[in-house]
Amino acid sequence: MLTSELKPTEEILGYLAEGERVFVLGCAGCAEVCRAGGDEAVAALRAALEQGGWTVAGGASFDFLCNRTLVALRLARFSEELDGADSLLVASCGVGIQAVAGASEKPVHPASNTTTLGAFQGVWPSEERCARCGDCVLEYTGGICPLTVCPKGLLHGPCGGSHGGECELEPGRSCGWQDIHNRLAETGQREMLSRYQPPKDRRRQLDVPLARRRSVFWALEYSEEDE
Amino acid sequence: MKFRERLERGEFVITCEAAPPKGVLVEKVLEEAQSIAAHVHAFNVTDLQSSVMRMSSWALCALLCARGLEPILQLTCRDRNRLALQADLLGAWALGMENVLALTGDHTTLGDHPEAMPVFDLDSVQLLDAIGKLNAGRDLVGNELDGETDFFAGAVVNPAADPLEPHLEKLRLKIKLGARFVQTQAVYDVESYGDFAQKAQGVGVPVLAGIIPLKSAKMARFMNENIAGVHVPEEVIEELEAATSKEDRVQRSIDLCARTIRAVRPLCQGVHLMPMGWERHVPAILERAGL
Repeated sequence: MLTSELKPTEEILGYLAEGERVFVLGCAGCAEVCRAGGDEAVAALRAALEQGGWTVAGGASFDFLCNRTLVALRLARFSEELDGADSLLVASCGVGIQAVAGASEKPVHPASNTTTLGAFQGVWPSEERCARCGDCVLEYTGGICPLTVCPKGLLHGPCGGSHGGECELEPGRSCGWQDIHNRLAETGQREMLSRYQPPKDRRRQLDVPLARRRSVFWALEYSEEDE
Repeated sequence: MKFRERLERGEFVITCEAAPPKGVLVEKVLEEAQSIAAHVHAFNVTDLQSSVMRMSSWALCALLCARGLEPILQLTCRDRNRLALQADLLGAWALGMENVLALTGDHTTLGDHPEAMPVFDLDSVQLLDAIGKLNAGRDLVGNELDGETDFFAGAVVNPAADPLEPHLEKLRLKIKLGARFVQTQAVYDVESYGDFAQKAQGVGVPVLAGIIPLKSAKMARFMNENIAGVHVPEEVIEELEAATSKEDRVQRSIDLCARTIRAVRPLCQGVHLMPMGWERHVPAILERAGL
């Protein structure tokens, strides 16, 4: 299970342009268990958007946002609302946010930070990967995680080892930053490429605080022993 | 006159790479540097180039400083986190280094310790940010320092990268964060360099074109196959292959290199030589290039 939490509301609202019409999507899987997905999170995000003066084009919550094919199938039911939206706001783990970005032609905003794997990792065939950095940057990278697609985890563009759209480390492996560049060009968000991203807070990636270790999301067996 | 002053005055500047030894014997590299010092304005000291473990870049820089030679400290993000990078920069300043070239660094898996943990806590853009803060008397998180640095910071770019646009975008960001000069990956294809120079015209800082002499056709082929974004045109390789003797091959190599320098000279504000063991031929190359 991937443990996620909603980003601070100000951070989420900071992603949105004035008058942007947003479709809110929540994952009803792991994220819902963490109370950072599902109907509850979607309702909270809708309320926050409306309170801030934004238009909510629609909302939905379903399980397995981490699977791109399922996401594409399920989003088809909301095609009318999606047509009226400028972007999607996604409450899910980083895998889910990336799967939605891969299934949608519109920009995707992350509503969540993914913090740990909890007790175990879900096995779900997908190209998307999440490094559980706890400080999701998918907003700035076209819904493609630079920490996992780039072997160096760079936050600003390709290194000198990128050529012909490929990474020098493995033949046939695409350069993650070339992919990010292409995606941002497609979604009309090229200005993201000239944005400076300050150094990451690595604590959120490397350490699991005591409070979370004691939570049921960390390890179910411990909570059972406690009872 | 210092490297920085020359660039700021708009002079044509020549830099040359010096690699620290794999070991502790520094005499050879210091003597080589000394022998070409009259032809070169500053020495770039590499930082575990190609991720091969060697003596620290700052140590050789300090030894060059002690001999009155001006170094450019190459600093990569591969091996140090933000604490160590800043600590080494403070130490470098105290030891007399004034120029820093900020690099991402090759990945650890390409070197001779492929099992090592790659760090990349900061990337090259963030490293330039850190240098700018040290220059302003603060560390990366804003703590005040006892005295400030005044580093002249530089950045790198591969002018033959294809597609070029993502690399140019990153270069602009590096300059926005404080890079004041640029040194490039090796140039062989002058036409494609011209294309880069035109697109990079607006970046607003001097660019030094990278030059690596091709010692043989085999080396040229190796570079085409193994170095990302380096393209030696086929006619250049053929010219080297047509050599009739070892001496002829050396002369052809020097000629080719000098020709490239002449061709790129109007398109840049300096050249950065990476002689790869051919330090002894640097004076001949520069002479034939008319420098």
